[in-house]
Amino acid sequence: MARIVVDPVTRIEGHLRIEAQVDGGMVTDAWSSGTMFRGIELILRGRDPREAWIWAQRICGVCTMVHALASVNAVEDALGIEVPDNARLVRNIIAATQTIQDHVIHFYHLHALDWVDVVSALKADPAKTSQLAESISDWPLSSAKYFKGIQDRVNALVASKQLSLFGAGYWGHPAYHLPPEANLMAVAHYLEALQFQKQFIRIHAVLGGKNPHLQTFLVGGMSTALDPNEPNATINPERIDFLLQVAKTAQTFVSQVYIPDVLAVAGFYRDWFERGEGLGNFMSYGAYPQGSIKEPANFFLPRGIILNRDLSKVYPVDPANITEYVAHSWYEYEEGNEVAKHPYEGETNPKYTGPKPPFEHLEVEQKYSWLKAPRYQDKAMEVGPLARLLVAYASGQPEVKALVEGTLAKLKAPATALFSTLGRIAARALETQLLANHIVGWIQDLGNNMARGDLRIHNGEKWDPNTWPETARGFGFFEAPRGSLGHWVEIERQAIKNYQAVVPSTWNAGPRDAHGQRGAYEAALAKTPVADPERPLEMLRTIHSFDPCLACAVHVVDARGRTCVRAEA
Amino acid sequence: MRPLRGSLPEALRYRGVSRRDFVKFCSSMVAALALPPRYLSVVEKALSQATRPVLVWLEFQDCAGNTESMLRSSNPTVADIVLELLSWEYHETIMAGAGKQAEAALDRVVEEHPGEYIAVVEGAIPTADGGVYCTIGGKTALEIATRVCRRAAACIAVGACAWDGGLVRSNPNPTGALGLQEAVPGLKTLVNLGGCPQNPANTAAVLVHYLTFHEMPALDQYNRPLFAYGNIIHDQCERRAHYDAGRFVEEWGDESHRKGYCLYKMGCKGPEATFNCPTVRWNDGTSWPVKSGHGCIACASHRFWDTKSPFYKRLPSVPGFGVDVTADEIGWVATGVVAGAMLAQVAGNAVRDKIRPKNTQDKASKPPDSHEA
Repeated sequence: MARIVVDPVTRIEGHLRIEAQVDGGMVTDAWSSGTMFRGIELILRGRDPREAWIWAQRICGVCTMVHALASVNAVEDALGIEVPDNARLVRNIIAATQTIQDHVIHFYHLHALDWVDVVSALKADPAKTSQLAESISDWPLSSAKYFKGIQDRVNALVASKQLSLFGAGYWGHPAYHLPPEANLMAVAHYLEALQFQKQFIRIHAVLGGKNPHLQTFLVGGMSTALDPNEPNATINPERIDFLLQVAKTAQTFVSQVYIPDVLAVAGFYRDWFERGEGLGNFMSYGAYPQGSIKEPANFFLPRGIILNRDLSKVYPVDPANITEYVAHSWYEYEEGNEVAKHPYEGETNPKYTGPKPPFEHLEVEQKYSWLKAPRYQDKAMEVGPLARLLVAYASGQPEVKALVEGTLAKLKAPATALFSTLGRIAARALETQLLANHIVGWIQDLGNNMARGDLRIHNGEKWDPNTWPETARGFGFFEAPRGSLGHWVEIERQAIKNYQAVVPSTWNAGPRDAHGQRGAYEAALAKTPVADPERPLEMLRTIHSFDPCLACAVHVVDARGRTCVRAEA
Repeated sequence: MRPLRGSLPEALRYRGVSRRDFVKFCSSMVAALALPPRYLSVVEKALSQATRPVLVWLEFQDCAGNTESMLRSSNPTVADIVLELLSWEYHETIMAGAGKQAEAALDRVVEEHPGEYIAVVEGAIPTADGGVYCTIGGKTALEIATRVCRRAAACIAVGACAWDGGLVRSNPNPTGALGLQEAVPGLKTLVNLGGCPQNPANTAAVLVHYLTFHEMPALDQYNRPLFAYGNIIHDQCERRAHYDAGRFVEEWGDESHRKGYCLYKMGCKGPEATFNCPTVRWNDGTSWPVKSGHGCIACASHRFWDTKSPFYKRLPSVPGFGVDVTADEIGWVATGVVAGAMLAQVAGNAVRDKIRPKNTQDKASKPPDSHEA
């Protein structure tokens, strides 16, 4: 019996701690703890709802913009605002760009080092690496000379005895199975992906002013004025061309580098199609409206729930069924620990009852996390790319169905293999490909609208707070790269009265609820093999397959008497 | 810092960098720092040490936006910075090691290189309730920041939260969050790179300046480098001519907005904000918020979340605005006037107490010869 603690869990966003019980070389139980708290919802109270998105966006700087979008969706829902079609398109383009870029960074920079042994790349034969690369892809950076150059760079790093970011890795761990040539190819692509992501994100710079933390959202639309005849309009024909050019680089990179790499890695780690299974309940709010946001049935990625790994049925999502527990979270409910509360009633007080720092272990039988435990109809749910893909697949979305079936055939794996650590990785890659294809269409639609003379980008009917009702409330849903995101806002006398966000990593990384049901990480870690308790590489594989984002997950707090500030035009 | 070892060509070959790329990188840094061209050789020499200086990047109450921003660094690229320019030994978001191995990597730097490494801090530091609002490896952020930063040769606070507490500290500051300089007072060599997030071009320039001259560039009263924070956004703005001619956006998406007129009436804070955002821009120099049609929120200004919001409220018209007024003059005029206006809006805000100009002369360090920042 050994208690393993991984804190900090690195190569994630935010502060995550995992404690696990390991018996006989296998995880028997696990506890997931978020160890940082800011209180952003409290800070939002009393402020102008039109600028809530600027604040809420700072919940996260990795999936930057997803909270901005959920926030404007919520305020628009509360005030009954429909945005113009061009704003819908710009939002879809921005959101798809975010997800594509985020998934690429996740695979190469946050997750790959769990599968790729950087030091082993030194033993690779560059000529054989070139053969390997050319056998799986047409990507042009594949010559022996090129790989030799990468290898020299790694060699120089190792010889300098200053391994920099690679210094404390688990190199030589028995769970690494890639041959040296595959490792060298992956190191090359790690560096190429760094280049790709910063070039690709220029779409956000054009449409958002900058990345991270875009600055062009508006309640009612976007500030990206468009005009086919104005050189200084944010969007004009020249910018549309630029966006198309950049978007096409994603199609190429994803189809020639990312997808082949995922398939190659999966081929060497097939046993991970049977590990990290988790809850078996999946939820997606749906994303990328094709028309009105009020019609989720027409979203590009559909809304729905899958229960108990049953892909034959997709259940609808009713926002009224979402609640949060604090039985094992460092908060207090007035009615006690046993109740669950809907976000509109999101009354919460932070109250730390854990061990006094510095500490060795958390009191996992009591409260042990700054994350709450969200539940849907009292069930724990996994959210994220796998959930989205499964809901789309089970709903019969033709494009997704074809892509998933084609990939499973290539991998010679059944659909049930998707319920796994590798399934999450594959789903993320496939979603990236779907979006890289669709973003081009949305940019073209935007250009076509502009050419037709449809220049509407903002619905200003409700911009003046004097047009608002005395009170209003609404919610905004979105599928962030890491899963289902919801913001709930209550407006009173032109100011925010209450603000709540229930975010992807709270669903996935949350602790047990009042009934002792585990969160998704906790469930997925069960039966994970641990060859060396001092170097729990295998645990990181499953945790990283969820792409944790902890800053998002911890931010909830109740109001304690903040004077309301009126919004002024 | 470690002494220079080996010749430049040897060092470059050792690192697998071509001479041409290296000179290009050094030239861009000389330009970013506004140094005269004769400094090129000094920068080249300093950046080609065989042993790379060690850097650790700490994250506390953050959103990782500054980390992500650093990943977007284009000239030099982030790979060049973390693998060639420095030995980047601790950075939770991107480092290979985790848990015990990660903690050990940080301990090793602090124990083995005291007084030699650079500590970068991202995020605010909570001080309420014994610091329980942020722990890493069971230790509080405050304990880690104190231990690591006190022994560093130099500290760089990146982003608004690490500088002055940022959003986390804004009213009502539920966790008692502070920026680095207040949470760990008395740090001798400290640079604050405000902004939400920091612009990686400025961060790279500060690193290069420090590696070259072994001291920080000239700083203002907030310990911000003058080269990046010395000029008013309004004066560098591509829409400025429209302001002077009285051409304003009146409604989002109207004809004036499509023509790129001034955003002053839509709440733009450019007239009272300093930053090099309009000239350096973001993401390979592609754009910046005003170019993309939205007003500036003054994200590089002190305590901007409380002092510059509501963000859509039009600034009071301030007499004395003009192209010939210097940043320092207008900065204090604007701060005074706007602070007065804000006082009515943000009740109980204690920010103004913190705004104290201090003598910049003793803080401003100068490179050899007569470089005037």
